[in-house]
Amino acid sequence: MRLLYFAWVREKAGLSSEEVELPADVTTVAELMAWQKTRGQEFASAFERAEVIRAAVDQAHAKPETEIAGASEIAFFPPVTGG
Amino acid sequence: MIRVQSEDFDIGAEIEALRKGRSDIGAIVSFTGTVREGDGPDALESMTLEHYPGMTEKELARIEAEAHERWPLQASLIVHRYGTLKPGDNIVLVVTASSHRHAAFEAASFLMDYLKSSAPFWKQEKGKQGPRWVASRDSDDAAKARWDKPTAQPKAKPKISAVE
Repeated sequence: MRLLYFAWVREKAGLSSEEVELPADVTTVAELMAWQKTRGQEFASAFERAEVIRAAVDQAHAKPETEIAGASEIAFFPPVTGG
Repeated sequence: MIRVQSEDFDIGAEIEALRKGRSDIGAIVSFTGTVREGDGPDALESMTLEHYPGMTEKELARIEAEAHERWPLQASLIVHRYGTLKPGDNIVLVVTASSHRHAAFEAASFLMDYLKSSAPFWKQEKGKQGPRWVASRDSDDAAKARWDKPTAQPKAKPKISAVE
């Protein structure tokens, strides 16, 4: 699965994209965020305020309870500030 | 039509292209968002817009399609820039065309409110105090919420007044 990071989430995580094999018990966006916190200092810092981080599953806005099975691309980012 | 680009846009040329050869349009509304310099210690030197290529185009197209479902629009355009911009530069252009002005005004406002709270762009400002990611504003979510369709509610029984 491909993971993408944008804005300050990207800066704190220290990378903009990666390919990962997820543990079998990670099945929702919320579980994926909880897993990210366990991946070392950078990820713990990036996902420290997980409640403010938004996610997109296959380029569509997702909720914490959104299922991620079969997704090919999941992105994490702060609330958007365009316009 | 939607476009995501680093280059500047010419508002007059964009509107002209949209209306060219058409005589069915009665009202054209355009909104342009530009980089505000600010003042004092918060004054900007530049602003960099990051976005999510792929999702950005999908979100803008989805928002535009929704505007066409809600209002009788004959044409519309969203252009959003990314990259590093200077104070005074153009950021975003929304143009809506309809037979009558109300639909054009409302759809343009709707497009901007939706775009600000769902298109995946992030602004980073650079000033004297170094780079700073712009925080989202609750007022933007509130602006979007005013377009929410009311949920269907059971009709209240008419009150019967015993005494007129």
